[in-house]
Amino acid sequence: MSVEGIGARVVRKEDKRFITGKGKYTDDVRLHGMTYASFVRSPHAHAKIKSIDVAAAMKMPGVVDVLTGQQLVDDKIGNLICGWMIHSKDGSPMKMGAWPAMAPETVRFVGNAVAVVIAETRNQARDAAEAVEVVYEELPAAADIRSAIASGAPQLHPEAPGNVIYDWSIGDEAATGDAFKAAANVVSMDITNNRLVPNAMEPRAAVAEYDTAEEHFTLYTTSQNPHVARLVLSAFYNVAAENKLRVIAPDVGGGFGSKIFIYPEEMVALWASKRTGRPVKWTSDRTEAFLTDAHGRDHLTKAEMAFDKDNKIIGLRVKTHANLGAYMSLFSSSVPTYLYATLLSGQYNIPNIYAEVISVYTNTTPVDAYRGAGRPEASFVMERMMETAARQLKVDPAELRRKNFITSFPHQTPVIMAYDAGDFNASLDAALKAIDYAGFPARKEKAKKEGKLRGIGFSCYIEACGIAPSKAVGSLGAGVGLWESCEVRVNPVGTIEILTGSHSHGQGHETTFAQVVADRLGIPIGQVSIVHGDTDKVQFGMGTYGSRSGAVGMSAIVKAMEKVEAKAKKIVAHQLEASENDIVIENGEFKVTGTDKAIALPMVALAAYTAHNLPDGMEPGLKETAFYDPTNFTFPAGAYVCEVDVDPGTGKTDIVNFVAADDFGRLINPMIVEGQVHGGIAQGIGQAMLEGAVYDKSGQLLTASFMDYAMPRADDLPSFKVSHTMTLCPSNPLGIKGCGEAGAIGSTPAVINAITDAIGNNKLEMPASPDRVWHAIHQQQAAE
Amino acid sequence: MSTVKLTVNGKAVSADVEDRTLLVHLLRDHLGLTGTHVGCDTSQCGACIVHIDGRAVKSCTTLVGQANGANVTTIEGISKGDTLHPMQAAFRDNHGLQCGYCTPGMIMSAIDIVQRHPGGLDEETVRQELEGNICRCTGYHNIVKSVLDAAGRMKVAAAAE
Repeated sequence: MSVEGIGARVVRKEDKRFITGKGKYTDDVRLHGMTYASFVRSPHAHAKIKSIDVAAAMKMPGVVDVLTGQQLVDDKIGNLICGWMIHSKDGSPMKMGAWPAMAPETVRFVGNAVAVVIAETRNQARDAAEAVEVVYEELPAAADIRSAIASGAPQLHPEAPGNVIYDWSIGDEAATGDAFKAAANVVSMDITNNRLVPNAMEPRAAVAEYDTAEEHFTLYTTSQNPHVARLVLSAFYNVAAENKLRVIAPDVGGGFGSKIFIYPEEMVALWASKRTGRPVKWTSDRTEAFLTDAHGRDHLTKAEMAFDKDNKIIGLRVKTHANLGAYMSLFSSSVPTYLYATLLSGQYNIPNIYAEVISVYTNTTPVDAYRGAGRPEASFVMERMMETAARQLKVDPAELRRKNFITSFPHQTPVIMAYDAGDFNASLDAALKAIDYAGFPARKEKAKKEGKLRGIGFSCYIEACGIAPSKAVGSLGAGVGLWESCEVRVNPVGTIEILTGSHSHGQGHETTFAQVVADRLGIPIGQVSIVHGDTDKVQFGMGTYGSRSGAVGMSAIVKAMEKVEAKAKKIVAHQLEASENDIVIENGEFKVTGTDKAIALPMVALAAYTAHNLPDGMEPGLKETAFYDPTNFTFPAGAYVCEVDVDPGTGKTDIVNFVAADDFGRLINPMIVEGQVHGGIAQGIGQAMLEGAVYDKSGQLLTASFMDYAMPRADDLPSFKVSHTMTLCPSNPLGIKGCGEAGAIGSTPAVINAITDAIGNNKLEMPASPDRVWHAIHQQQAAE
Repeated sequence: MSTVKLTVNGKAVSADVEDRTLLVHLLRDHLGLTGTHVGCDTSQCGACIVHIDGRAVKSCTTLVGQANGANVTTIEGISKGDTLHPMQAAFRDNHGLQCGYCTPGMIMSAIDIVQRHPGGLDEETVRQELEGNICRCTGYHNIVKSVLDAAGRMKVAAAAE
């Protein structure tokens, strides 16, 4: 390992601009003649639009234009789409209702856009938006899953009777049924996974410009995947041809999945820039973000686990209703199906699994991938069930898990996933040691004397990421492939540019991707620049989400580097009259092994670009491209333990210790990996104890600001104890499993397991606010 | 419309703006100082924190008229040439930032926290003091480390002066 290579805790290159206020986020972009967009949004969850009168708004100061949904239709702009086909049990395709960017006829959630004002200043646009007169005919709303599937419920989309999008299943229903019939014990739970709002700190924004002479658009957007944005905007939304559209995702202030999708706002800004002939900027405010950013989670699940007399799991049966909101967002269909149910084996050897998932329309904000995307929901089901089973079967929760761990790899689960490598006992051992499990009873006694209820909770999670093998996801309904690209440019005097299809919005790629290259060539990371986020610079890529930039993005770098190194070695071998096989790379030099004959990288590059002395038939230049398609998902896994004190007088929970023992395979920069785990755990604790998007019966979002939606703050959280074991991923060149989402996947069940342990009541809904915990304590006391 | 006159990062500034203009928009839109960020609309998140006459203030909830005649320092004004403020250096060295969006406000807030606690800081105090700054990326673990590290560096620097 070189000083700045793989495994080094290198301080980040990109920090310089962020700590000095020189980051370039989309709202920082200022174009000559730029106008501002303000959307008119429905205040009703479900309504017909009777009329839109823009006359008063058009007369207001600074107004350039006011545009409506009908004009999108007239200009033949396409609707938003869901790009992953899911079929129901009966073979029928999912029922995708139309989603126009601005509603021409029917609004289906509070916040649904119906018009947009373009004006000279932000304030003028907002003032005029308030003057747009929309007459609605309110319709009854179905604001949650149960209301939407009840008989007589208001119908959201003509395509979806009963508001059912699909009724999908996976696994062997008959064999699982038999296992339950043979069970010695059955554990059964009703589990709610609460709806969350991602709330990246940077609100979404878009700046669009149309060049009338070139008939060419430029779009700055807060996107995790600018190339996918360009593809969708051209091929599906029909706003521009691909070669007439440049998409730039500059510095982006967090995404967590919510910035994957190509939303109405950027599409409208782009279209409006051509219609008005002026650049258009739209920036979300925080309330708009609450209303329009894709939400996460929102499942109702009935789960049952069958055990034999030796407490081994012999069957698992799960039925989940998933709320997808008012319209199907880009990846929405896949999150509660292939990203959820395929993880229902957990870390355990379960011979029979059957899961059904029914996804439902409701008059709420569309729901899609949010950090973990399906895997937190699966881990929550599995790890709450295991803890509950341990309590019911009167077995130690760590020992019940150990008894059921998969110990032989590769392991084919009954739900598609084939786990490649892992050591679940190693993680559990590390976690038990770090939390000092043996000392828990004494700590509990001490807490009791101090008037506190102490509890401990486990979560042994596994997840599937590094998405994904293109052929596999294609066969499961994905409309895209999930490979990644890299172009390595060695410049004429030896500096290197890595053009990657990945995108960094906090993950530190400018540093970690450079570390991979620096490690191979023995050069400082200062010589390696990472280029991303601009469709004019990088030809195509699939972006960053699903913890894929290490496993897939870096693998593409390795593949391209192998080609560059092979060509460089040929040049050196030719010039030094040696065999290619005898050339090694050390400290930035290409050296004939066992001699001191060497050519430094800058001179190799110069040789390639002057082409005075190259092997016969070799093209000049030193630049190679690779597209890397993973051959499997990767499977990060680990053991999390949470220890809490609950104050019975107030219901307040303090996390006194939180331990994470993860196996991510190879770590490129442990400092950055730890940061990803910290952030993920914070979001998982947020779900468990603080966060929850709440709608009233009429579909009004009651938690639409930071005053009402409890974001985790520094004093809500402890410091974390993070450690790693390592089983290399066998399916990619660096052995990376990925780490971006694991924290958010493993942590939530550990917290709820700990609080329910502390209070002795297993019925506790998330978020486990002091109010809920207090009532659970008192219900338990009343029952005793 | 009014004319406001104030000092920003040591430079005298005069602007004719609507009375309802927020200080954060004066900084970002009129002066091109885009390091101060807007992250919410209810004054909770702290991404907009600047110093007004030496105290941390949320510029999203400050009308420009309230800053008339004041000395405003933004994130762009705290380093001395190429030399970073100890708080900036501490955030970099401790990986106290990921996406960077909350970072300017976090740094300005943290400098104020250290300045108001000349007797020193501990983890619990730092966490309580940061209640007005929301970060979605880091989980605060390394932010706390950064602030405690910087407090030490700032004490050393003050002692050296």
